[in-house]
Amino acid sequence: MVAEVGQFALILAFLLALTQAAAPLAGAHRGDLTLMALGRAAALMQAGFVALAFICLAVSYVACDFSVALVAQHANTAQPLAYRIAASWGSHEGSMLLWALILAIYGGAVARFGGTLRETLQARVLGVQGLVGAAFLGFLIFTSNPFLRLDPAPVEGVELNPLLQDPGLVSHPPLLYLGYVGFSVAFAFAVAALLEGRVDAAWARWVRPWVLAAWIPLTCGITLGSLWAYYELGWGGWWFWDPVENASLMPWLLGTALLHSALVLERRGALPSWTILLAILTFSLSLVGTFLVRSGILTSVHAFAVDPERGIWILGIIGLFTGAALILYAWRAPALQSGALFAPLSREAGITLNNLFLTVMCAVVFLGTFSPVFIELAGGDKISVGPPYYVRTFAPLAVPLLALVVFGPMLNWKRDAWPALKSRLAIPAAAAGAVALAVLAFGGWKSLVATAAISLSAWLLAGSAAIPLRRWWAGRASLGRTIRTTPPGVIGLSMAHAGLGLLLLGVAGVTAWQQDKVTTMQPGQSVAFAGRTIALQSLELVDGPNYQARQARFAVGGRFGSHELVGERRAYATSQTTEAAVHVTPLGNLYVSVGDPQDGGIVVRMWSHPLIMWIWTGGFLMAAGGLVSLSDRRLRLGAPARAPARVSQPVPAVAE
Amino acid sequence: MRRLAFIAPVALLALVLAGFGLGLRRDPSILPSMLIGKPLPAFALPAVRPGDAGLSSQALAGRPALLNVFASTCGPCLIEHPLLLRLKAEGVMVAGIDWKEPGAQGAAWLAQNGDPYVLAGNDPDGRAGIDLGVSGTPETFVLDRRGRVRYRQVGAITPEVWRATIQPLLARLEAES
Repeated sequence: MVAEVGQFALILAFLLALTQAAAPLAGAHRGDLTLMALGRAAALMQAGFVALAFICLAVSYVACDFSVALVAQHANTAQPLAYRIAASWGSHEGSMLLWALILAIYGGAVARFGGTLRETLQARVLGVQGLVGAAFLGFLIFTSNPFLRLDPAPVEGVELNPLLQDPGLVSHPPLLYLGYVGFSVAFAFAVAALLEGRVDAAWARWVRPWVLAAWIPLTCGITLGSLWAYYELGWGGWWFWDPVENASLMPWLLGTALLHSALVLERRGALPSWTILLAILTFSLSLVGTFLVRSGILTSVHAFAVDPERGIWILGIIGLFTGAALILYAWRAPALQSGALFAPLSREAGITLNNLFLTVMCAVVFLGTFSPVFIELAGGDKISVGPPYYVRTFAPLAVPLLALVVFGPMLNWKRDAWPALKSRLAIPAAAAGAVALAVLAFGGWKSLVATAAISLSAWLLAGSAAIPLRRWWAGRASLGRTIRTTPPGVIGLSMAHAGLGLLLLGVAGVTAWQQDKVTTMQPGQSVAFAGRTIALQSLELVDGPNYQARQARFAVGGRFGSHELVGERRAYATSQTTEAAVHVTPLGNLYVSVGDPQDGGIVVRMWSHPLIMWIWTGGFLMAAGGLVSLSDRRLRLGAPARAPARVSQPVPAVAE
Repeated sequence: MRRLAFIAPVALLALVLAGFGLGLRRDPSILPSMLIGKPLPAFALPAVRPGDAGLSSQALAGRPALLNVFASTCGPCLIEHPLLLRLKAEGVMVAGIDWKEPGAQGAAWLAQNGDPYVLAGNDPDGRAGIDLGVSGTPETFVLDRRGRVRYRQVGAITPEVWRATIQPLLARLEAES
């Protein structure tokens, strides 16, 4: 029964999405207020029905209704409740339904909270969103129906991929999707602006909170995914340049560029057509990310539920929307006003440079990710590029960009002068120099690269702190009032840039000073590693709810303090996973992963990861900075900005 | 000129989409062998089955053959086992290499599950396996009558692979002179 309700809700949502696409677009064209109002109602109702369908699927999972094919394939009664719920989006069909749900929620939010938008612009945004929604709901209903029944129903279901049974993975896909799908709003705004033939500061002010609302969960999602890979995949790495990781990084890079260029457009009316192009491409890359995971075009540890047939569909959706948007762009964008002029040394120029770097970095990742496809098509061999490619191409672009990050917020809009700028940069430069000397004294000449990276990170941290501090210093006469009246946007900017500094600190530490060791250990044996002594105390088999684990207990002593570590190798019915034992401190992590038994003992691999936790701290700090900025928009704009704040509510809970 | 800059994104997109569309047809999990079209590297392996002649690369020339790499510890090998048994009964030249284990283990496994091999050799340390580029068991090489490698199957020969790829290839090789 429940599955049929879900099925009907999905079909109704599809019809409503078609209405949402047709009515407001026609209404905006003809200036018909009734049709535009119909679009708003359709968007809200569509959100309601997709939510109902999703709830029906979740209920089927919770109730272990194995007569629903999807449930039988991804859940069994031994699976804990939380993972049965998470299995709702662990499968292809379920994750596409989640995609459609988030899209519908964003659409509903535009309808409900977009009241201060120009009426025709809101209608066109809703219309474009309705088109995207109809495409995805059609994809669901016609090729990957989540509510198909099995007859006869099996007595027991097949378990969800054990790698996915992890708290990190419960929240990782929804966050990524919030980000991916969130960029659909920016896309809809871009297409609507092209249809209207009007891109101005007001447009940028409306679109910025939506971009931010997508960027925050995407940042959190990527950070969380990296954290998950670190402790679950048992390789001890934090970023693998895997195609699917890259797929989330590409929209993030362009989304970050969009965030900055929309700022220029809002403040100075410059870069209009570039901002539109970025908004289109960011969403296209989000679609490409979905395509990559679902089509099996590249091999990846993350490519779950792969099917080339569905790949064609998603490719068609990408082609349709990106193609139509870019053709519209080629046709309408040249007629857009080309915007205000600015001096070579100005904040606009700084942000243009930032955009240039981010776009080229994104292109580099794109080429690296898809090189196997294109090289083979060009008649070459099966080659895929690995981390060495990215070290040689991505890092040389990232370092100057990071150095430039401090300049941007210090520059004045329109034009600036060198002497004034130099005096503003004196304190961060001094901090970076002092840190460089300190690291050299500690690590010696051998760690020259690490020294450079850590002093760059100090430059970023000091430069970010300087933004609010300079403001407070200038208003020190009435400090309390100055602090109270500092716009959250300034604090958010400072936090996000400081997050980059922390991230760099972690990357530098772990890249320069990482150590690892593989050995076979018997109970009672101990080894010396990275200034610690690690003793294997016991080795036993324990039973989990739906797995059996070989559990190893270690006692760790040494100059980093003594503590206990427990690592597991879990055997599920169908596969094995590694639960690494990780001891986390601000100075560095000790990471021990347990392998297979050998010679009466067990294979143990250990890593020392100095400063690594700052990578994720930095990522979450960036997201938190975005959140603070978003609260600023709410104060200044009233109604339209409440919506994004609402959609991104899951974020703070995860960020903690 | 300025107009061109605005058309460039659409043109680029068309190229990328064409690439993706063609790319979908390829299977990234296929590992082609470096040996395709080349003669089998020379090897002479001791017997798996007691009192047997063993397996040498020369013995495989003369007619199309399947060279199957197996081990007693290999679960998926049992999937293709019935197929190999049937092929032997139909008169196909099926040769086996017992990979990375003592021959006695392989012999016991064959005695228990049935023996599909006309010729069988033992490669206890995996030396011959390295020359062949074996990545694991099961793996199967299809050889033509001149002893050249024509196809490499990584993993078990499922009924689909047999029907779609190996059976037609063997028929073609039989027809070749």
